[in-house]
Amino acid sequence: MKFMSTTGSRRLAPTYIAIATGLALALSACGGTTNSSSTASGEGATSSASADPNAPLKEGLKVAFLPKQLNNSYFTVTDRGGKTAVDEYKGTFSEVGPSEASASSQVSYINTLTQQGSNVIATSANDPKAICSALDEARSAGAKVVTFDSDTDPSCRDLYVNQATAEGIASTQVKLISDAVGAEGGDIAILSATANATNQNAWIELMKKELEKPEYAKLKLVATVYGDDNAQKSQQEVQALLQAHPTLKGIISPTTVGVAAAAQYLSGSEYKGKVQLTGLGFPSQLKEFVKNGTMKSFALWDVEKLGYLAAYAGAALASGQITGAEGQTFKAGTMGEFKVGPNSTVLLGDPTVFTAANVDQYNF
Amino acid sequence: MLVETAPPAAETSRAPRFGFLRSWDTAIIVALLASIVIASVTVTGFATPRNIGFLLIDIIPILLLALPMTYIILTGEIDLSVASIAGFTSCVFGALWNAGMPMETIIPLCIVLGVVSGAFNGFLVSVVGLPSLAVTIGTQALYRGLAFDVLGDQAVTSFPRAITTGLQAKIGATGIPVWILPVILLVIVFGVVLHFTGFGRSLFAIGYSVDAARFSGIGVARTKFWLFVISGAMAAVVGVWWTLRYGSARGDNATGLELSVIAAVLLGGVSIFGGKGTLPGVIAGVGLLAILRNALQLASVPEDTLSMLTGGLLILAVVAPNAIAWARSLSRKASTT
Repeated sequence: MKFMSTTGSRRLAPTYIAIATGLALALSACGGTTNSSSTASGEGATSSASADPNAPLKEGLKVAFLPKQLNNSYFTVTDRGGKTAVDEYKGTFSEVGPSEASASSQVSYINTLTQQGSNVIATSANDPKAICSALDEARSAGAKVVTFDSDTDPSCRDLYVNQATAEGIASTQVKLISDAVGAEGGDIAILSATANATNQNAWIELMKKELEKPEYAKLKLVATVYGDDNAQKSQQEVQALLQAHPTLKGIISPTTVGVAAAAQYLSGSEYKGKVQLTGLGFPSQLKEFVKNGTMKSFALWDVEKLGYLAAYAGAALASGQITGAEGQTFKAGTMGEFKVGPNSTVLLGDPTVFTAANVDQYNF
Repeated sequence: MLVETAPPAAETSRAPRFGFLRSWDTAIIVALLASIVIASVTVTGFATPRNIGFLLIDIIPILLLALPMTYIILTGEIDLSVASIAGFTSCVFGALWNAGMPMETIIPLCIVLGVVSGAFNGFLVSVVGLPSLAVTIGTQALYRGLAFDVLGDQAVTSFPRAITTGLQAKIGATGIPVWILPVILLVIVFGVVLHFTGFGRSLFAIGYSVDAARFSGIGVARTKFWLFVISGAMAAVVGVWWTLRYGSARGDNATGLELSVIAAVLLGGVSIFGGKGTLPGVIAGVGLLAILRNALQLASVPEDTLSMLTGGLLILAVVAPNAIAWARSLSRKASTT
């Protein structure tokens, strides 16, 4: 058998070419660029038009809702709220999205919406930067971009509708688990959504800061696991948590899919009532668990109203009522007037705490 | 009395020089051209420079990965770990960028990482002799896990916007991305090597019969090893491209990409058992799937229908050549009696 065959060099030709192309990419795309030397580019499509608060809402606006993923109960409700709003101001509503909540999967949908000439794109981003250039292209084609629930880099959207302040969410979650676990405190863990979700990660960071306060000295965060907003994976992660940390006293799950899956698991297991659970969940899904003792309380905000507000914010932008600058106000249908805060953010309100006492009053 | 007719040329073990005239590949190329025409006419917004730009930019990673994947599948192996290697290099890119390394150092390092990852695959397949399906299912999980290990739950997004915009630059007003040109060059190189060199012919030989190839003096193990190395290197290139194009290095980058690549390669007429296929067919397969996806999304066809369509096409791609061969054998039997 030939050890050095005549085709040896030709065999390696594709390897050399692939490596050479990689080097060519390197040399041509960037000379001397490092993290510290790159200038912070805050350019995006800036609107130079001035706001006219008395402009009527345009009719026939094409509004598209692009959530983190489809078939996710949370976004089904936000998009339902969005549709209510769009129907009220006589626009056309569409809901598109990927089946997996990954960073880049939203890009092709944004591109399609740009091509279809959407007037408003309302989206909850899986990653703060990955969809930026697609959004910028959409904005230069005339679309207004509103983010809700999970923000992107502020330079690539016109407005962000925040459901509650991140600090409010984090401190409520920590207070609820502390109340549930009781004065003796103990080990707690967090069951989050996907590992890179902007909003959950922001809340988790704030929860860690909150836990450093003296009143929570007896609580110790031992693990953070990710259920990827997948019910089965979330349950497996809870199982693993309980095995790995037998002294676990509480779990916080700041995602509706995760908290529902964890509640389901705990309520059918030996840990019911022994390991406390709280999180951000729908009253309709968690009703039975607060009533059967698996959970004592949980929090959320009016999810449907979030989508409703985002749709009206988009319409206000597209009709020229506001440009997204701080201090401008617009009317959001039946919800009344809203004011734009710093960084082009609109706040929905405070989180609501649900317990067995009030959970029946809500129908989402 | 049996009168044996000469077997058709396609049945000989020699890879025909002009293999792209085979029936399935021609059918796919025709289908590709037909879909372009039909989409341009029926779907509003398809045949615009901006949409062409979207389409071609999105096609780049799949096209790049399809090239070594074709080589690997032709030899009867498979590489399921390409997307994980891309994700892994993407995360290493992000981590090194955060550490302040300049990009000209990071990118070659990432390519080297891809080469090493591919070499590990190649070692297990060619030296240890394990089936590539099992090996790459394992390394797919391994490299994805390492990707998350490197960056954890963080995403590195501090890349200069200028690069992300620059990678999507278009040639004048045509909408054709500048960066499709080096990709086309690579396609031509891979095509020429496959169809016009001894090395390319050896891949077909290995796919038809490993033992026959070995006895004809082809270094089967060595060839397969280098194929996995090339695949790893290309996956690293895709990882770098992905990171800079989206401006975000995260653990879940490029998840699931390997399935789109393999689907396109099989649709292009490459037999999953190895030994049959052409690169023009694969290019047409990649193009057809991308155009279908783009045009149907523009036409607001729901996601589920799109998936079913892609799946249906794939099944057709695998079943049709067998059906054609079966029909031919029937007609041959009829002509001999």
